[in-house]
Amino acid sequence: MSRFTFPDSIASRPVYGTLEPKQGKAHLMIADAEGAEALLDLGMHNPDIFKNSHVIFIPKDTGQTYIGSLADLDPEQFYVGPSYDASVPRIRRVLSGAHMGLQVYLAGTEGLIGQAQNEAMQAGIPHTAIQSEHRGSVARRMQCVHCKGITEDVTTDPFVCSHCGLNLFVRDHYSRRLAAFQGVRVDAEDPGNIPVPVELYS
Amino acid sequence: MSAAPQKVRAGAEKIDVTISAVTPLNELVTRFEFARSDGEPFPPFSPGAHTIVELNDGGRTRLNPYSLMSDPSDLSTYAISVRRDDHGRGGSLFLHRNVSVGDELTITYPVNLFPLDLRGKKHLFLAGGIGITPFMAMIAHLERMGGAWELHYSCRSRALGSYADELKKRYPSKVQVYFDDQAQSIALENLLNGQPLGTHVYVCGPKGMIDWVHSMTASHGWPEENVHSEEFLAPQPGKPFEVWLCKSDMLIQVGENESLLEAMERSGVDAPFLCRGGACGQCETNVIESEGEFLHRDHWLDDDEHANGKKIMPCVSRFVGKSLILDR
Repeated sequence: MSRFTFPDSIASRPVYGTLEPKQGKAHLMIADAEGAEALLDLGMHNPDIFKNSHVIFIPKDTGQTYIGSLADLDPEQFYVGPSYDASVPRIRRVLSGAHMGLQVYLAGTEGLIGQAQNEAMQAGIPHTAIQSEHRGSVARRMQCVHCKGITEDVTTDPFVCSHCGLNLFVRDHYSRRLAAFQGVRVDAEDPGNIPVPVELYS
Repeated sequence: MSAAPQKVRAGAEKIDVTISAVTPLNELVTRFEFARSDGEPFPPFSPGAHTIVELNDGGRTRLNPYSLMSDPSDLSTYAISVRRDDHGRGGSLFLHRNVSVGDELTITYPVNLFPLDLRGKKHLFLAGGIGITPFMAMIAHLERMGGAWELHYSCRSRALGSYADELKKRYPSKVQVYFDDQAQSIALENLLNGQPLGTHVYVCGPKGMIDWVHSMTASHGWPEENVHSEEFLAPQPGKPFEVWLCKSDMLIQVGENESLLEAMERSGVDAPFLCRGGACGQCETNVIESEGEFLHRDHWLDDDEHANGKKIMPCVSRFVGKSLILDR
């Protein structure tokens, strides 16, 4: 099962819902990996909205698993990309030419949801009007508060910053602007005292 | 000490002003310009803000809100445009008939309940009649900032189209005027269809127009955060009623032609307020006990709150019935 229920946390931590069809002129759906299942669930009850939908899908390590069934939803446009970064120029192009009434649906990992939400916000959609549904990995996109470097797909706490090498504690403190959680040096007061990393939510 | 003025009394801080110009625009609308009586510049205001003008009408204090329509970058003057309402409670008539250049008045610091959302990529203004006033300030502001805007202005006739000619002449490609008497109307659906992502729409005009814009944008999938409206309600006359104010320990009578808020003020109760038009929420008052029917007219409380009778907005709402006890 691709669903995970996040425990309650601080107000900064994003919360996700369940995708629902919204009235609109056009629909932009962006998903990665198991996020495809959220789009398939949406399509099961509301096949009509795919007639004017643009679906952007990044399979990550799900390979061919979902591509066929997503194509069967028969979206107006369907793009499968090798990575989120590779899909960014397309996302920006779609948003820059879009009109009011566009509905945005995001599904999959927190990293994808956060970054795509940021693109939509910059294009002028208020974040409260962007739907999102978490599916699949609970890996996080983390920013090192010391060197500002971003480490993708963090699955343990603490973890090693991929830029400066510090051992960072995984916080729930989130930045919508950076689309990242904040990582703070875990041994700042007692250098060298680094707890054994544990899997997030284990 | 914070920068905000420390409030000791209800309402916003006040400014003494002198009327510097009175300019009739047409049969119904007159522009009044103010200068500060102490010669200082006015405090800066953001476009969309209103001020409350205090009028002493034969011993009776009238407090009426009007949108500031002057250029926000010009702090030597504030201007309002007032439509004469022959069937209203008399505030606009008093301004039209009794106020002339050189007169001294008191107005409040500006309060903005209808601000521009400057994150917007484009600002679409929809004005109905005298609802043009806040857009005059917004347009001046956006022109200076180089912001994208468009105005669709609906008025009764060419003769009653305040500022229509001036705006059309100055911004021919950004302003579209519609005259009711020529059966012209805003083609809202078409207009909404073509708007780029990040557009914000602002509507100021009669209630029907505001409701029309809210429902049409909702059905076209616009986020409600992108739809802004302002409608000042004037308190409506009604049957006199009696209210027990338990904190003040006082029984007061609300007359036919005054609001509950005005009756409290007349009785010396320092009740909170800002907009006096049912929009800002400042005067919200808890009901302790009631036996009768509320006549809610505000935009502040939601439908449930209107139904359960636990709160009232004394600036515009009334009561009919046996007894009403308020926590004031």
